[in-house]
This record gives sequence, C-alpha cells and structure tokens, in this order.
Amino acid sequence: MSLFRKRKKIVVPVITKEYGENKWIRCKSCGNLIYYKELKENLKVCPKCGYHFRLTAQERLEQIIDKDTFEEWDAALSSDDPLKFKALESYKERLERAEKNSKIKSAIITGKGKLNGYDTAIGILDFGFIGGSLGSVMGEKIRRLAERASKEKLPLIIVSASGGARMQEGIISLMQMAKTAAAINSYKKGGGLYISVLVNPTYGGTTASFAMLGDINIAEKGAKIGFAGPRVIEQIMKKKLPKDFQSAEFLLKHGFLDAVLERKLLKPTLSQILSYYRGKKW
Amino acid sequence: MVKLLSFEKSLKPLYEELKEKRKNAQSTDYIEEKIAETLKKIYSNLTPYDIVQIARHPDRPHTTDYINALFTDFLELHGDRKFGDDPAIIAGIGYFNGKVTGVIGHRKGRNLKENLRYNFGMAEPEGYRKALRVAHLISERFKAPIITLLDTPGASPTIGAEERGQAEAIAYNLQELFNIPTPIVAIVIGEGGSGGALGIGIADKLLMLKYSIYSVISPEGCASILWRDASKAKEAANALKLTANDLYKLHIVDKIIEEPAGGAHRHREEVIQAVGKEAQKALNTLSRLSKKKLLEKRKEKFINIGVYNE
Ligand SMILES: [Zn+2]
Repeated sequence: MSLFRKRKKIVVPVITKEYGENKWIRCKSCGNLIYYKELKENLKVCPKCGYHFRLTAQERLEQIIDKDTFEEWDAALSSDDPLKFKALESYKERLERAEKNSKIKSAIITGKGKLNGYDTAIGILDFGFIGGSLGSVMGEKIRRLAERASKEKLPLIIVSASGGARMQEGIISLMQMAKTAAAINSYKKGGGLYISVLVNPTYGGTTASFAMLGDINIAEKGAKIGFAGPRVIEQIMKKKLPKDFQSAEFLLKHGFLDAVLERKLLKPTLSQILSYYRGKKW
Repeated sequence: MVKLLSFEKSLKPLYEELKEKRKNAQSTDYIEEKIAETLKKIYSNLTPYDIVQIARHPDRPHTTDYINALFTDFLELHGDRKFGDDPAIIAGIGYFNGKVTGVIGHRKGRNLKENLRYNFGMAEPEGYRKALRVAHLISERFKAPIITLLDTPGASPTIGAEERGQAEAIAYNLQELFNIPTPIVAIVIGEGGSGGALGIGIADKLLMLKYSIYSVISPEGCASILWRDASKAKEAANALKLTANDLYKLHIVDKIIEEPAGGAHRHREEVIQAVGKEAQKALNTLSRLSKKKLLEKRKEKFINIGVYNE
C-alpha cells in the first residue's frame, strides 16, 4: 500500500483545511501560487499547469454527484483488527490516526445519487484513509453496493484511488480481492453496467480486482496505475523505468482503458455513458 | 545431504555422523533415530518465519512433482492464445485416480538454471490468461474438475508484465473463476504469494500443507514498509498470520494437510500422496453438488470473508 512513501519524485500536494478559503497555495508541480478559491472553482486542477490535485472522497462526490441527491449507504461500517496486528505502529493506532486526520470512518464512501439527473450507485475511495487500502470494510461496502445496485437496477460507478490491499488485515485483505471480484461478477451477470474510474494512484490488489473489471474503464489524467509499485520494479529489473510508465496514457496505449479524461470532462462523460444506458430494463 | 535451514543447525553434526557411518558401512539405526527425534523437537516449536523458510525450501515438492506422481497420461497445454506461453504456470489435463482431471499450478525450478527459466514461479499476465483458458477448456469441454497448486513468491513485477496488464489478468481471473462450472480444489503447497497466488486460487475448497504459507505480502515486503527495515521479516511473519494454522483459525482454509516433522522436503513421497488423498476427498464431496449449487457456494465462500464492525 505505501509503495510511494519512499519515492521522492512523486509530489503529493494536499490541501488541508488550515489553508482556508482565502489562502494562497503553491502548486508543487509548476511552483506557481494559486488562490485557493480559484483552485477550488477549477475542480482542484492547477489553472496554470493543469496539475490535478488529489481530492478527498467527499470532494470527488461533490464534483460528480448532483447537489443534495446523495444517499449514503452503510456509513456505520468500521474496521476491526482481526489479526491484532502490531508493527512499529499497531493497526489500532493506525486506524485512530487515519480517522483523526481524515475525519472519515473508512476508505470508501458508497451510496446512490443523481449524476446530471441519472440515477446511479457510486463508490468513491479516499486515498487519505490509509492510502485508500482495500480491507474488510471496503470489501463489504463494495459487496453491498453491487448487490443493492443490482436490486435497484442502478448502474454502478466506482472511483478508485488506492495503494492496494491493507497489509494490517493480512490474508483477510487479500481475500477482499476475490470478494469484490465475486460481487462485480454477480452484478454484471445480472445485467448491470459497471464503470470503473481510476484516479491517482491506483495500485496492487485494488487494480488487480474491482478497479480493472469495469465494463468501461476510465482514468483521470495524471493517474498512475499499476500492479507492482515502480520502486519494486526498478529494484527487480535494475534499470530505469520508461518516462510514461504506469501513466494513464501508458495504460490507454496498451489497451486497458477506454479513455483518459481531464477532471472537468469526467462528469460530462459519465453522464453521456449513463444517457445511453437510461431506461434499460434488465 | 538436505540443505539445512537456519533453525535446523543443531542437526549438522548428526547428519555428518550419519554420512560417516554410511561410508564405513556401520549401522545407522541409532543416529537416524536421533535425527528423527531432534527433528520432531525442532518442528514442534517452529516460528512463523521458520515456516516461511520451509515453504521456500528448494527441495520441497513442486507442482511438477505432484503432477508426475499423481497424474497419468498428463498432457500439458500451452499458451494463452493472445500473446505467449508463460512457463511459470503449468496447465494441463490427465487422469487423477483414474478420472479425467485438470491441473493448473505455479512452476518453480529446482536449481538456478530452472528457476531462471521459470522466473522463480512468478507468472506473467500470459500465465494467468493461460490458466483461465485451460480452466474453461477442462470444465466446459471435458466436464472435468480442476486441481490448482499454489506455489509462488508473487506475480512477476516487471515492465513487460505491467505493459501487458498484470493487474487486468489477475482481476479477470478472479472474476471468471467464479463462473467455471466444475469443482475446483486449490492447494497451497509452498508459497502462497499474494495476488500472484490468488490469481489461480479461486476454488470451492482451499487446502493448505502444514508448512506452507499464504499472505497478502511477503514478510520481507511488509517489514520494509511497516517497519521500514526489511530485516524485520521475522516480526512481519508473526504479525501477518500467514501459516496454515493461522489461516485455518481465520476460517480462510478448509483443511490443513499434515506434514511429518522435517517437512515435505524430507518426506516427499509421503506428502505428495497425502495431498493426492485430500484432493480426492475434496473432489468427492464437491462432485455431489449441482452446477448451480457449486457456483453459489463458491461465491458464498469468498463473499462472506471479512471482519468489521457495524
Ligand atoms: Zn501548477
């Protein structure tokens, strides 16, 4: 999950609340100072260089789902500690820290809402909660999301941003890959349309399960997507990686995505896809 | 002489004595008994990281050893029909206890030359795609059950593997193996390395050899991330709960297949036969289920895994 921690090249500009609405922040990609309000109005894309700042799940939700139409599902689910996992920091401490910093209870929000008027089920991962890692809670929320979407005959969108499986839940987290794949499989067999949106970054067990199983796979511009982390590959191969390696464009070129979209085109494109789908009886 | 693992060093003088006695054509009964006794003592008190080392022992029976011993008229099937043939996965069909049965497994080598050829059992996307192609073939054309044998450090982490969609290949297998209409029994025989193992590991029954491991990440990988120190692999192995006993307690594994003290690499034939016996037992139970029930239960098995608060 923390494949990126030691990789210096990746800049992760994060806007915290303390900046407030009236602050200037520096784009770590181009170095320009941007007025926060302007950045926010621009969907948190740098108006100078086009750098896509990371979004929280809540911010993503507000950008994609029509105002006041979202109904959250299974919000009460929270992590347990099945292995009583202890490392430098215990899993319990790690969870407490994540909750405190992110003010959310798990690495995914799920529910239903309207997207330009079209009803849809949606799940959004939050990289800010232990790297958006796939553990029992995410697995169960995705399972219930897919099952309920199927029952209510809704299309399904999942926006992924994740470092992979949550190590602290050991084998149980690995099995969430199988669990989510099973849930997606049943959902599709029931006639549902699943759109997977991959944003920066999506790696490991998340890419190798539900995130790569979309009927339509879309990546946001600037997303890094892969199975193994770049550092691991570099170490194993003992050579420098190609410049565009694991970029959204790289995956598009190799045939694993339907489209790479700038953030401002994400909602219109999702809406366009849902328009083809609307009214279909399963 | 068998390669001794770090926790078996006390056996070294005994094995040397044994060698000496054999050379001099002296009776070895006493010394062999002593070795067995010492092994018993050592193996009754193994740490998780000791078990990791046993699971990785180069002389441990590998997929090809099981196929050679348990299958007759085995026919290996090659290629994913899309790009290539990955030697790190062996797939084919033959007779298992007289019945047509498919088998798919990771292929590890016995020495460096073989391991370089088989990439240490780390499969490329083509390996996973071949596995799925053959699974479809076996179940849908031959109506035969499938045994999968899991033994890999993980999926191949290379530039080429990423270019050709390692994540997609594994994800697609995880999805499609839920639709394979004949019984599947998966057995972890050595290293169950993360998604690389799970990619051929969706099954109706999951069995594990006593000294095999199955984990979301290697203990070394986990240590370097969560301890920021790869040398803390022992601590990570403890924390990850990756042994057969742990997985049984966590209700992930249906059954543990026993190994005698000393491990499968010292009791190859015995362990191979035990695996064959347990695979047959599992297939017998599964063959009674209708196709619909089988697929329902396979899904149930995985979709209910998870520990959370609500
Ligand atoms: Zn900028």
